[in-house]
Amino acid sequence: MPTASQVPSQPSPAQVDEPLVVIDSIDFAHGFGAHQVYRGLSMQIPKGKITAVMGPSGIGKTTLLRLIGAQLRPQQGKITFAGVDIHALGRTELYELRKRMSMLFQSGALFTDMSVYDNVAFPLREHSDLPESIIDIIVKLKLEAVGLRGARHLMPAELSGGMARRAALARAIALDPELVMYDEPFAGQDPISMGVIVKLIKELNQSLGLTSIVVTHDVTEVMTIADYVYIIANKTVVGHGTPAELEQSSNPLIHQFLNGNADGPVPFHFAAPSLADELLGKQNAR
Amino acid sequence: MESRNTQLAVGLFVIIGILALLFLGLRAANTSAVTTGETYRLYAKFDNIGGLKERSPVKVGGVVVGRVTKITLSGEYYEPLVEMTISATYDKFSDTSSVSILTSGLLGEQYIGLNPGFVDETVEMLQDGDQIYDTKSALVLEDLIGQFLFSQGND
Amino acid sequence: MLDKIAGLGRVILDSIAGAGAALLMLLRALIGKPNIRKAWPLLMQQMYAVGVLSLIIIVVSGLFIGMVLGLQGYNILVDFGAEQSLGPMVALSLLRELGPVVTALLFAGRAGSSLTAEIGLMKATEQLSSLEMMGVDPLRRVIAPRFWAGFYSMPILALVFSAVGIFGGYLVGVRWLGVDDGAFWSVMQASVDWGQDIVNGIIKSLVFAFVVTWIALHKGYSCTPTSVGISRATTSTVVTASLAVLGLDFVLTALMFG
Repeated sequence: MPTASQVPSQPSPAQVDEPLVVIDSIDFAHGFGAHQVYRGLSMQIPKGKITAVMGPSGIGKTTLLRLIGAQLRPQQGKITFAGVDIHALGRTELYELRKRMSMLFQSGALFTDMSVYDNVAFPLREHSDLPESIIDIIVKLKLEAVGLRGARHLMPAELSGGMARRAALARAIALDPELVMYDEPFAGQDPISMGVIVKLIKELNQSLGLTSIVVTHDVTEVMTIADYVYIIANKTVVGHGTPAELEQSSNPLIHQFLNGNADGPVPFHFAAPSLADELLGKQNAR
Repeated sequence: MESRNTQLAVGLFVIIGILALLFLGLRAANTSAVTTGETYRLYAKFDNIGGLKERSPVKVGGVVVGRVTKITLSGEYYEPLVEMTISATYDKFSDTSSVSILTSGLLGEQYIGLNPGFVDETVEMLQDGDQIYDTKSALVLEDLIGQFLFSQGND
Repeated sequence: MLDKIAGLGRVILDSIAGAGAALLMLLRALIGKPNIRKAWPLLMQQMYAVGVLSLIIIVVSGLFIGMVLGLQGYNILVDFGAEQSLGPMVALSLLRELGPVVTALLFAGRAGSSLTAEIGLMKATEQLSSLEMMGVDPLRRVIAPRFWAGFYSMPILALVFSAVGIFGGYLVGVRWLGVDDGAFWSVMQASVDWGQDIVNGIIKSLVFAFVVTWIALHKGYSCTPTSVGISRATTSTVVTASLAVLGLDFVLTALMFG
C-alpha cells in the first residue's frame, strides 16, 4: 500500500485539509467524442470532510464518480487518489487501490442472490482471510451502524428502497475505506428515510474518519451536512465554496440552482434548433 | 448446508456422466482391445482387394482379431499390399496361414478372413512385419458374371 | 449507395471490434492463477445451475429423439430386410451428430440464454460495477466460473444424451418392433468405434461448449444495460450460438469424417 511518504506533493503543515482526491483539468467525452461531458474540470476533495458535488440532472455526476473509481478514463488531464495517478496504474494495482475506496450506487447494487448479511460479508470474505467468527462480528457492527442488524437474514428483494440503500452503505463501509462516494443517495426516498441517510452520512463521516463525496441534486438536504460544495454545470465547475459562501454568492448560475428556478443561465431546453424552424421543416430532423 | 447439497448434486451429475461414458464404451462400442492394446503387423499381397478399406476387420472364424491399417500399391506390377494390425493376444499364426477377402452377407462389408495354417516343427510362426503369401483375392461380381457367360459360350 | 457501403463497413468494423472485445474478455477472465479455495464453491454453484438443472431437458429430449430414430430407422431398414442394422444407425447418428449438436442447441436455449440474462441484469443493476469498485474483478468472480461450468457440463450432458438416446432406440426397436435383442447390440458394437465415434463426439461437444458458453457470457457482459438491451442480448445469444454450432459442426465433421 502506498504510504504518505510516497505522496509527491509538498506537505505544508499549515494546510490541514490536504486533499485526498485531486482532479486536474480533465476532459471527458462518451462514445468517441460524440457527447462531451467535461471540459477542463478541476476539483480538490479535502480529506476527512464531506464534499458535495451538485448540479442539474444529466450533467454526468455519476460519470465523475466512475472517473474517480477509474472505471472510465478521461481523454485529458489526470486524477490522483492519495497522490497516486489512478489512470496510470496497471490492472492489479488498480484493484488493490480500489479496496481503499468504495461507492454507494444509486440502486444500491446489492447482490440479489445473497442475503443482506452475506452482502455485507462479501468484501471481507473476498479481501481478507479473517475467520468467520470475526467476520460475523464485523458484519453485525456494520449492520448495527445502519440500523439493519435485525434485517440481516432478508434477501435484497425483500427490502424497501431506503433499506436497500442502507444495507449497501453497510457493505460499502465493511472494509473501512478511506473514501466513500455516494451516488444520488437521496433520490427517490421518502422524507423519513432521506433524513436517516443524511444522518448516517454525517455520523459515519465523523465516527470512521471517512472522506465522503456526495453527488446529488437535492440542494436542501446536502447543504446541511456538506463541508464544501462544488457546483457543476456547462461541462465544468461553475462555483465552489462552503455552503455559507455559496448562499452569499452573486453568480446567477449558482443562484438559479440553489433556489431551483426553472429557467436561467442553465437553459430549460436541451440544445436544439428553434422550435419554429423545426416545425416548419426548415431543417432536417437531427 | 446449501453448498453441501449443491456439491452433492454436482457430484451425482459427474457420476451420471461417467456412467453414460461407460455405457457407451462397453455396451455400444467395440472396445475389445483389438488394435488398442499390444499389436503386431502382418502384410499380404492381393491381385484385387475389391471393396476392402482401411479399418476393415480381420477375422479368424468370424472373431475379430485385428484391422486393416494401410492399403498401398507395391512392387513392379503395382499389386495391392495390405497392412494388417493384429492383436498381440493372437501371436501364434504359422507361416502356412492363408488370408482371403470375404464379404459378410450378400451386400455387406468386405473383410479379411485369416485361416490359421498347420503347425509342426518345420514351420515357423509369423513375426511382426512378416508377409503371408497364400492369399485369395476378393470375388468381383462382374468377373464372376463374365466367367459364367464365357463358359456358357464354350459349350 | 455510398451510405450503404459505409454502413457495411461500419458493420464489419463493429463485428471485428466485438470479436476483439470478446477475446479480451475471455483472456482476462481465464489467465492468471485462480484461488482454488474461493473458486471451487463458485464453480460448484455454477455447475449446478448450468449442468444439473439442464439434465432433465437433456434426458427427455434424448429419450424421444432416440425413440423417433428407432421408429423411422426401422421403417426404412425393414424394406431392405436390414432391420438388424438399426443398432448402428441409431448409435452412430447419436454419437457422431445428434448427441453433440442437439445438446449444444438445447444448452444454448436453456443455459446460454439464462447466463446472458443473468449477467445482463447484473450489469443493469450495477452489480458488476459494484464488484469493480470493491476491488473484485467481475471477470474472475462472475465470468470465469460460469465459463468453466459450461465447458465441463456440456460434454457430460452430450454423453448422457447419447446414452439415453440409444436406450430410447433400443426400447422402440427391440421391445416394441421386435428387432432381435442380441443382433441390435452386437451389430452396434461391430460398427461403433471408440476412437472414431465416441472420442470424436466428445471433441465436438467440447468445441461447442467453448463456443456456446463464450458467446452467452460475452453477449451478457457487453449488452446495453436496459430491459430492451437484455432481451436483445438473450435472443442474440440463442441465434448466434445455434448458428455457430451448426456451422462448426459442418467443419468438424468434414475434418473428422470427411
